[in-house]
Amino acid sequence: MSENQNTPGRDVTAPNAAAHPERFDDPGVPAHRSRLTDVDPKAAKRNERLIALIFGISCVGAIASIVVYFAVRPDGTTAGTRLSTALLGTTMAISLLGIGIAAIHWAKSLMSDHEHVDERHTLASSPEVREVAVQHLADGVEDSGIARRGVLKGAAVSALALFPLTFAVPLISSVGGDWNVSKFRHTIWERNKRLAYDPSGRPIRAADLTVGSAAHVIPEASQEEMRSHEWITEKAKAVVLLVRLNPEDLRSDQSPEGETWSYDGIVAYSKICTHVGCPVALYEQQTHHLLCPCHQSTFDMADGAKVVFGPANRPLPQLPITVDDEGYLVAQDDFAEPIGPSYWERLK
Amino acid sequence: MKALAARRHHRAAPVVLLLLALLVTGGLYAVLAPSPATAETASTATDVEEGHRLFQANCATCHGPNAEGTPEAPSLVGVGAAAVDFQVSTGRMPMQMSGPQAAAKPPQMNPEQTAQLAAYIASLGAGPAIPTEEQVDASLGDSANGALLFRTNCAMCHNAVGAGGALSEGKWAPPLDDVSEQNLYQAMLTGPQSMPVFNDANITPDEKRDVIAYIVEQRDGSAGGISLGSLGPVSEGLWAWVVGLGLMIGAAVWIGAKSS
Repeated sequence: MSENQNTPGRDVTAPNAAAHPERFDDPGVPAHRSRLTDVDPKAAKRNERLIALIFGISCVGAIASIVVYFAVRPDGTTAGTRLSTALLGTTMAISLLGIGIAAIHWAKSLMSDHEHVDERHTLASSPEVREVAVQHLADGVEDSGIARRGVLKGAAVSALALFPLTFAVPLISSVGGDWNVSKFRHTIWERNKRLAYDPSGRPIRAADLTVGSAAHVIPEASQEEMRSHEWITEKAKAVVLLVRLNPEDLRSDQSPEGETWSYDGIVAYSKICTHVGCPVALYEQQTHHLLCPCHQSTFDMADGAKVVFGPANRPLPQLPITVDDEGYLVAQDDFAEPIGPSYWERLK
Repeated sequence: MKALAARRHHRAAPVVLLLLALLVTGGLYAVLAPSPATAETASTATDVEEGHRLFQANCATCHGPNAEGTPEAPSLVGVGAAAVDFQVSTGRMPMQMSGPQAAAKPPQMNPEQTAQLAAYIASLGAGPAIPTEEQVDASLGDSANGALLFRTNCAMCHNAVGAGGALSEGKWAPPLDDVSEQNLYQAMLTGPQSMPVFNDANITPDEKRDVIAYIVEQRDGSAGGISLGSLGPVSEGLWAWVVGLGLMIGAAVWIGAKSS
């Protein structure tokens, strides 16, 4: 606009004092525009009827909800439950939404829409009121005699300081109930413990596994043991995936020199991912790959459960297995290393 | 009786007796044996012959002229009639094109041809037989126990209600909502493609029927209403953020707008 802006060498961002005032005036509330309902009584009447109608629909919804509650009882089938829930929800929604919509429409179309300005009062009380309050406090302290009666002061402070311990101590001690980290190192697998199908708990015979089988395995336990409080935690750590490969497909496992941890193509690996501990169980029997559903870590069951893809850092720990005299699969020992993801006291 | 007694020293008598004994044993076995055996009695020699012809025309290119397998495709000796019926009746075999996974498609063979192929393959070596009607009858199964088994053995790939899911490198676990009960049983028994085998020792026939009962029950849909594909947080989140929040923003705009 101004020719100055195009002149070379001038600071074009310099404020133009003439164009911008120091301070904008308060423009105030915009001019009030009357609504159709304010000027046309017919429109107001129409809106009134509309609002009444919406309230009416709400009433119908509420009554329908009660009727539906008694008329359409869930009959035990999935479809029956769904029908009952859907009808109850819909009628309830009509009833409640009707009230809301009608109320808002009422406020918007018929109630006063004139703008009002209500100035906020100052937050602080007047100096006189404050003086009186301070005086009251000082009187109270003087009256209690806390400055003179030292024993009372000490007793009151002690009581107040000790009371919070009654809930703080149980709270804190239950948070850190068990600091025995070494329990992460071991599972309930032990020498000669039989492998059993999850969830039935039937022990597994080596001969019963066909090549290409995958079995989800828990340690064999008595019924009482399986119902005990500790079982679910112990089971969660001890779960194993057992697969049978063609023995010539089994390239390697984790057994050290001179030992055999697998049996005739049957290998058992911990089902807890070494990444963050998800249950790894998506076994593809043709590629022998085991996929973790959480982050797609893939382990090669034919090659010592080595990581072939994904964020996991270590192979899944192998459970050394063999068969007992009756042909059932048993563990040779616990896992040689802690199962699951890395943690602070894990050495490896 | 006399005539019979007179001939008991006949030189053919031991043979006849042996044959009779075998017949009785066989007959008793056929009556008392577990049902898989009965399924195979339906196939006849002509079925096997016709199946062999179909095999050579449709399958031998990959599986070898005698189903002995080639580097491209596995041997079919001993896979049993159940595997053939599963693969052929779902249209997975004959395979349309090679890829990470043979997809289900409209079946190429009619039920009769499928049965003939199954009879031929079953004649090559013992393998799992096609389950009987009773074995796959969902109404006889316990769906609660089926849910327990499904959660442990199947849900990680096929989703908690059988909606299917992705595997590695382009493979996938198919949704189970339109798979026939027969095929569900056969898949557990034979472990087609990427799926592991769940033989009768791992999941007993009764337990397999429980699993089928659970899957069939899921077909009634969810008692909670729209399942949004049962895909969990993905579809539910999309619904909540787009539709739910959209409606709330709309309501807020309407409440804030001045009436005209």
